[in-house]
Amino acid sequence: MSAAKIAAVLAGVLGSASAYAYENSYNMPVGVTPISREVHGLHMLIFWICVIIAVFVFGAMIYSIWKFRKSKGAVPDKTLTHSTKVEVVWTVIPVLILVSMAVPATRTLIKIEDTRDAELSIKVTGYQWMWHYDYLGQDIGFYSRMATPSNVARQLRSGIDPNTVENYLLEVDNRLVVPVDTKVRVLITANDVIHSWWVPQFAVKKDAIPGFVNEAWFKAEKVGVYPGQCTELCGRDHAFMPIVVEVVSKEDFAKWLADRKAATQQAQAAPAAEPAAPVEAAAQTPATAAATAPAATTVSLQNTQLAAPVAAKL
Amino acid sequence: MANTSTHVAHDADHDHKPHGLKRWLFTTNHKDIGTMYLVFALLMFFVGGAMALVIRLELFSPGVQFVDPGFYNQMLTMHALIMIFGAVMPAFVGLANWMIPLQIGAPDMALPRMNNFSFWILPFAFTLLMATLFLPGGGPAGGWTMYPPLSLQGGDSFALMIFAIHLMGASSIMGAINVIVTIMNMRAPGMTLLKLPLFCWTWLITAYLLIAVMPVLAGAVTMLLTDHFLLTSFFNPAGGGDPVMFQHIFWFFGHPEVYILILPAFGIVSEIIPTFSRKPLFGYDAMVYATASIAFLSFVVWAHHMFTVGMPLAGQLFFMLSTMLIAVPTGVKVFNWTTTMWRGSLSFEPPMLFAIAFLFLFTIGGFSGLMLAIAPADFQYHDTYFVVAHFHYVLVPGAVFAIMAGVYYWLPKWTGHMYDMKLAKWHFWLSTISVNVLFFPQHFLGLAGMPRRIVDYNTQFTDWNVVSSIGGFVFGFSQLLFVWIIWKSARSGAKATAEVWDAQPSGLEWTVPSPAPYHTFDKAPEVR
Amino acid sequence: MATTHEVDPNRYYVPHSSPWPIFGSVALFVLAAGAALTLEQTTLGPYVLGLGFLLLFVLFFGWFRNVVDENQAGMYNAAVDRSFRMGMMWFIFSEVMFFAAFFGALFYARQFSLPWLSGEGAKAVTNVLLWPGFEAAWPSNGPADLGPRDDGSFETIPAFGLPAFNTLLLLTSGVTITIAHHALRAGKRAQLSLFLAATWILGFIFLGVQIYEYHYAYTDLGLTLGTGIYGSTFFMLTGFHGFHVMVGAIMLLVIWLRVVKGHFSPERHFAFEATAWYWHFVDVVWLILFVFVYWL
Ligand code: HEA
Ligand code: HEA
Ligand code: CUA
Ligand SMILES: [Cu+2]
Repeated sequence: MSAAKIAAVLAGVLGSASAYAYENSYNMPVGVTPISREVHGLHMLIFWICVIIAVFVFGAMIYSIWKFRKSKGAVPDKTLTHSTKVEVVWTVIPVLILVSMAVPATRTLIKIEDTRDAELSIKVTGYQWMWHYDYLGQDIGFYSRMATPSNVARQLRSGIDPNTVENYLLEVDNRLVVPVDTKVRVLITANDVIHSWWVPQFAVKKDAIPGFVNEAWFKAEKVGVYPGQCTELCGRDHAFMPIVVEVVSKEDFAKWLADRKAATQQAQAAPAAEPAAPVEAAAQTPATAAATAPAATTVSLQNTQLAAPVAAKL
Repeated sequence: MANTSTHVAHDADHDHKPHGLKRWLFTTNHKDIGTMYLVFALLMFFVGGAMALVIRLELFSPGVQFVDPGFYNQMLTMHALIMIFGAVMPAFVGLANWMIPLQIGAPDMALPRMNNFSFWILPFAFTLLMATLFLPGGGPAGGWTMYPPLSLQGGDSFALMIFAIHLMGASSIMGAINVIVTIMNMRAPGMTLLKLPLFCWTWLITAYLLIAVMPVLAGAVTMLLTDHFLLTSFFNPAGGGDPVMFQHIFWFFGHPEVYILILPAFGIVSEIIPTFSRKPLFGYDAMVYATASIAFLSFVVWAHHMFTVGMPLAGQLFFMLSTMLIAVPTGVKVFNWTTTMWRGSLSFEPPMLFAIAFLFLFTIGGFSGLMLAIAPADFQYHDTYFVVAHFHYVLVPGAVFAIMAGVYYWLPKWTGHMYDMKLAKWHFWLSTISVNVLFFPQHFLGLAGMPRRIVDYNTQFTDWNVVSSIGGFVFGFSQLLFVWIIWKSARSGAKATAEVWDAQPSGLEWTVPSPAPYHTFDKAPEVR
Repeated sequence: MATTHEVDPNRYYVPHSSPWPIFGSVALFVLAAGAALTLEQTTLGPYVLGLGFLLLFVLFFGWFRNVVDENQAGMYNAAVDRSFRMGMMWFIFSEVMFFAAFFGALFYARQFSLPWLSGEGAKAVTNVLLWPGFEAAWPSNGPADLGPRDDGSFETIPAFGLPAFNTLLLLTSGVTITIAHHALRAGKRAQLSLFLAATWILGFIFLGVQIYEYHYAYTDLGLTLGTGIYGSTFFMLTGFHGFHVMVGAIMLLVIWLRVVKGHFSPERHFAFEATAWYWHFVDVVWLILFVFVYWL
């Protein structure tokens, strides 16, 4: 590693977050949602607790190694074989430490699992190897694949230096666009094998299980572009199904939604323009295919709260 | 074939060894079988390690330079299966075979023919497994966890992988039965359970774990098999099943499995540290109870591998809390080892060096394990290199270092020769430094967002991957020293005394000459 | 048989070499390879598989004959006997855990996956988005109504018909083997032989009924391995159980043949007891099965 690179790494750790991508760092990102901040805090808390325990335990070990060496003439104290008192102490203290970790952890967990009162619901479906997003109740749905420059460069012995590709492996053709400061519920499923939808800056990671729907939510508080990746081994191109979420202002979102809707309507008017659905694993989840069609999603999940103001703005 | 029973009489000549290939094929001698297990494990360690080096080579820089992504997944899967089922577990069984009869004063293992059977199944099982790499479509590529539906997409390798796992399971169960029966039935008079050396204790408990969970793994992979070939719907939601159900069954096996990989290591370390501290183990009883508690708890924590599958909140809480509890008995062990060194008289022969490295580095792995147990935080850690760093810390400088410590501890007893201490210390320092260079940066990678099981990564992860790969190659090639040291000690070297170490190790194994005669304790020794 | 050895009761008998383990490993290897080749539908497959079974048969015959001969020659002292007993007990425990995996699957499907698919509990959206209209009830072949019939229907075997009869058979066989055991201990060889014979005959009748039941399920009920989760758990549980009945019945048969040959003494009869334990284990598994697979 060159000195410049080391400097760059250090700068990444200390420096501010860039608008795009993960910060190059040693540590978990703080992220841009209330939950991600809490999770980061929890992570740092347990990390420092472990460090403190390590200081004591490793300290005692190092001291023993240094002090009680035979070569320094140490004489073993063969009577030191047990002591109920210390055994109790070093059972009880760890229990107390664990409780002090468990309490905040439980609190955060309960918040993470509370998906009520979402203002926008998006169905996310994993495919080998791309994602499909459905804005429930909005008649909008599209696939999201890895962007072409990355896809070309990532081929075996492509000869293209990944360093010359912007956001290598972490850019898509169609980003997931969501409004800022909005509780967005994602309903995650898969069509073939298990995938997992992860956006580190939101601290959201949920498996996409074929035949079942998992829920998660986030409320991004900062406009920006946040990448993520599939994090469940899903076959050959598991490394190549990125996620990119673009958080925009509420106004921009409304505009985007309107444009997108218009485009969809046009596409529907001219049939066959709709991209063909990828090969389905029909036996595995026969209903999934139907569910991806907009008609099946109208049941009770649409989100009128947001749809109404959007409509008003048009 | 009836004549086979005619040669089975008690030989008058008790040091008579059969010669040639037949000795190894037909043997019922625990020492021969132990040796075969250990040699096999070493071989598999290099095969699995070579696959790890393929992984590290590909990950040396971003872009896909060397292997096809599908082949990468095969390497990943085979690496893990070979290391776990082919290297670490057989190495422990090999040590058990050599040492348990010597430590409890038994003439051999309780069921000697079955003992040989459980060994010889392994080479055949791994032949089946590795043969898949040469099939069209290659080997299994769904990760060692074999989650459906992905693993059901496997090609020709699928059935072979499953039958190979069945065979490994059968071998482990037979090995475990042998250990239990030997320890429960063949102890020398006076060797009460609470006088049992800790290596025997930890192995006894490990054997119970094995018998309880290997059949569950067999059941899980059998369901995969029938889902694939016989149209059953265990893991198919369309028929009312659930892919996640496989994960529950798998991890019901899988989590106790990781303690199967560490409890015997605890036992080895508990033998070595007192010896080279010249002081009895601190808190023997507590050690036994802690081991038993860990084993017990290991049955109720499995779903900490599945926090992201969408379990109900109550389930997540339960598995988070029960997992955290495991830190308590494990802590008791760490503290007891530390206190054993406290006010001792320490010397630093190679076994002790490896044991001390184990103490530090296993504890680091334990700390990261505890972090993973915190469910909300695990949403960020899960399936990233942070997890990879965690389990390699507990497996490589944990389990593997303990095996090396055990080999360096007992090698003179096996070969009758001392080995090259200086070279062994080189081996130690090279391994210990490089293993940290290899795995420590993976914590950073994981936290910064690099998922595991990927063949290629964003350029921001380059630096630490370079470091890790360099560490990997240095660590890998350092292990050639290990082979060389063992090889040399097997053929030559200073004559070892019965006690081997001037630290006056305690235990029956040090009362027999070095090398241990082919048959030992024909007459049970008296233990006071 | 050149076995005129005085038994040293203080010596634990350690055989000094045996070809059977390596032979057994080869047998298992051929069996596994054959099974894989058969499943992959290669022409060679069934032949290799057949060879595997043949080798396995030779293995059991040879190995056990070896052990029986040694035992009859009086080479096993009480400690060896104890080892065998413990070994058998832990082997049976491993079998229990194997069944536990399948029972676990059954309970999981009934308690979790089916309710979730029908929208209960934490996964309400699953039903709405993916399986609208599906309502879980046991027995179930899943939201897609998998199975051989076009309309997706299937029927189950009522518990209080043949299965209840089978329960009676197995319970009776549990009694007969106990009577046989008492007879053995009391030295009543004729009674022993009679009741042991009754036991394995009951075992084989059970198997016959089971085969009939399977045939009926496949031809008339639309109940197959492919009939969703019910068919999967039904056939895998009863199938593995039936396989164990078969193994147990063969063991009983062998023990019976040995009884006829005059083996076993009132004090020492490990093989008999091991078989009896195994048979009771098969019995208990059936009872659980009867309750949770057929009845509830
Ligand atoms: C030898 C093997 C081994 C061992 C011993 C452990 C030990 C532990 N492991 Fe690990 N683990 C694995 C092997 C092992 N693990 C493997 C292979 C995987 C990945 C599988 C895969 O997905 O492929 C894994 C994954 C894994 C996960 C899932 C991560 C994920 O996928 O998201 C979790 C989560 O809870 C976990 C937790 C723990 C805990 C809490 C311990 C504890 O036992 C550790 C206890 C030890 C200590 C805590 C240190 C010493 C204690 C003290 C000094 C006392 C004081 C301390 C405190 C009070 C904090 N492990
Ligand atoms: C006991 C278990 C064990 C052991 C010992 C190891 C040892 C090593 N492991 Fe492994 N590993 C696992 C268990 C283990 N691992 C598991 C369970 C997984 C998860 C798999 C999954 O996701 O499904 C994993 C995954 C895994 C990954 C993650 C891959 C990914 O997620 O994409 C990586 C990457 O660095 C890795 C690296 C290594 C390295 C470098 C070693 C080194 O310690 C190896 C040391 C190297 C040698 C010993 C090589 C010696 C060879 C030579 C010197 C060449 C000369 C050759 C001859 C003479 C024949 N392992
Ligand atoms: Cu999709 Cu990994
Ligand atoms: Cu675990």
